[in-house]
Amino acid sequence: MIRKLTLSALTALALSATGAFAAGASGEVTDYDFSFEGPFGTFDQNQLQRGLKVYTEVCAACHGLKYVPIRTLSDESGPGMPEDQVRAYAEQMFEVYDEELEDFRPARPVDNFPANEAAGAPDLSLMAKARAGFHGPYGLGINQFFKGMGGAEYIASLLAGYTGEEKEEAGSILYENTAFPGGWISMAPPLYGDDVEFDDGHEATIESQSKDVAAFLMWTAEPKMMARKQAGFVGVLFLTVLSVLLYLTNKRIWKPIKYRKDA
Amino acid sequence: MAGIPHDHYEPKSGGEKWLHKRLPIVGLMYDTLMIPTPKNLNWMWIWGIVLTFTLVLQIITGVVLVMHYTPHVDLAFASVEHIMRNVNGGAMLRYVHMNGASLFFVAVYAHIFRSLYYGSYKAPREITWIIGMLIYLLMMGTAFMGYVLPWGQMSFWGATVITGLFGAIPFVGDALQTWLLGGPAVDNATLNRFFSLHYLMPFLILGLVIVHIWAFHTTGNNNPTGVEVRRTSKAEAEKDTVPFWPYFVIKDLFALAIILAVFFAIVGFMPNYLGHPDNYIEANPLATPAHIVPEWYFLPFYAILRAFDGDVWVVIAANWITGGIIDAKFFGVIAMFGAIAVMALAPWLDTSSVRSGRYRPMFKWWFWVFVVNFVVLTWVGAMPAEGIYPYIALIGSTYWFAYFLVILPLLGVIEKPLPQPATIEEDFQANKAASGGTTTVADPTPAE
Repeated sequence: MIRKLTLSALTALALSATGAFAAGASGEVTDYDFSFEGPFGTFDQNQLQRGLKVYTEVCAACHGLKYVPIRTLSDESGPGMPEDQVRAYAEQMFEVYDEELEDFRPARPVDNFPANEAAGAPDLSLMAKARAGFHGPYGLGINQFFKGMGGAEYIASLLAGYTGEEKEEAGSILYENTAFPGGWISMAPPLYGDDVEFDDGHEATIESQSKDVAAFLMWTAEPKMMARKQAGFVGVLFLTVLSVLLYLTNKRIWKPIKYRKDA
Repeated sequence: MAGIPHDHYEPKSGGEKWLHKRLPIVGLMYDTLMIPTPKNLNWMWIWGIVLTFTLVLQIITGVVLVMHYTPHVDLAFASVEHIMRNVNGGAMLRYVHMNGASLFFVAVYAHIFRSLYYGSYKAPREITWIIGMLIYLLMMGTAFMGYVLPWGQMSFWGATVITGLFGAIPFVGDALQTWLLGGPAVDNATLNRFFSLHYLMPFLILGLVIVHIWAFHTTGNNNPTGVEVRRTSKAEAEKDTVPFWPYFVIKDLFALAIILAVFFAIVGFMPNYLGHPDNYIEANPLATPAHIVPEWYFLPFYAILRAFDGDVWVVIAANWITGGIIDAKFFGVIAMFGAIAVMALAPWLDTSSVRSGRYRPMFKWWFWVFVVNFVVLTWVGAMPAEGIYPYIALIGSTYWFAYFLVILPLLGVIEKPLPQPATIEEDFQANKAASGGTTTVADPTPAE
């Protein structure tokens, strides 16, 4: 019996050690600074527009954004593009299937970005919320409280995380990536530096393009973020004032009860 | 209400008398609002109001969300995104509803632990306790089904795992599971019935909440001393109590405002912190997530469910005695539901005649270990079932059952309780002195 207990304790130790090792292999995510972090963080319109360009010219070849209406590109709390520019962008870039026409036609701002399931690539609309960059300490996720969920950081780290190594496995090529859980990803490196040319002459290194498109995807995942933070701020402020008033009221009405003469 | 003597509603004007003869609704409201309440209630007695508020909040936000939601496997996920992007205020509405579930469970756990510490479940409040447990069970069912509706990966796989529990029941399990799901697997039929029940059950909860309030308004509130309000005369009762309005209404609203400020900070600044990233991936029956984790409020019971695997001797024994009918999976299911069942039986398992933990020197320690154990079970429920975690879960689950089945019955026999105050008034005066209430004569002016 004792021997059995010792054995199981040893097994437990060994297993927990491998567990810790496995957790270590979940990928390195760099804690990039983004303008939208923190309770007062806002999206940077220029960065979102740059990210849109990277998405359109690189990512869109395989990935769709099927939940995102194109018209929202002109949202003030988003990329904030002029409406005629958005209309031209929709017409030139995308074709959508129209059920009434029973044919394809150029996209309009009211349409969503098309879905793209070519090459089995996942839709990117919600990717920044569907991945968490930070899990620690001990898998408790408490550091998300301070750093945020880390979805955008994960995307940027992944895009900039290719080591250049490849291997063939079961007939498909895998690429080594320091941010991807497990270390090997089936997506080929999408960025090589200077993949797009920005109108304002902004630099287009792998890392800066990664960050720009990650910020853009944070916006596609959470387009109402700025309105939400504002509502949160107003709500907290209002409730704080209300609780001070209620505190004073409470003190006032209880005073005669607490200090009643006959008590 | 019966019990504590107090003034009743007297209709004055002609109109009031006319109505009171036909429908004494104003009297009912008056008696409910003016009920004599022990004046020594502490801050742990605020959670009832928080819970009532949250229930109403969830019903209102839920009813509006339903106006834009589509319960169909092909459309549900997209309709939630439609709410998040195109519906005016939709994102806030959904985040409030989503995090409202967490607020609900924070409050209900605080409320339950308060009852356990101050012995609120003891005679004559057993019915209140049992109704409360029923509400808690319905809450869990409602929350579970609500989590399925967005039709994300965790929705789908959570539903698959949890409904699979019913499949573990011997003989009828498979048939029962198929009947619950409306088919061989979680699919459109499942989503539709969960949607229907998710809409129905909050109204059952609302009904039970009314019965819950009715029950404790009949017995009167418990209080931190566990000593009953004196009922021999109205004058004596009035020394122990104050009317609910305005004294406790304002106090509870003050606490509610603070809690809602924290709640709004979470909704506004980190609405997805308590959720799981995988639920932003549309449900895919062909891809299983690496770890299927329920929402945080189910984790203690999830830990108990997983704690009893085939290597635990009680499971082996149960398996052998029943000739294999009770296997490890079914044992886990029994343990999980049993954990709530033993808690519901607390009024009859606790043999101590003293209600409040304040006057029970030994109980206090066991109680706080129980609270810590609850936190540990929550943590271990979120961890993968490998390595050291199943052992921690097993110890925690054992303590859960031991607390109700061994410790509570034994303590009543072996413990020597401390002296209790004779009256609530005595406790109230002592507390006042302790909290720096030395300025007794400072301002005796009554409030206008």
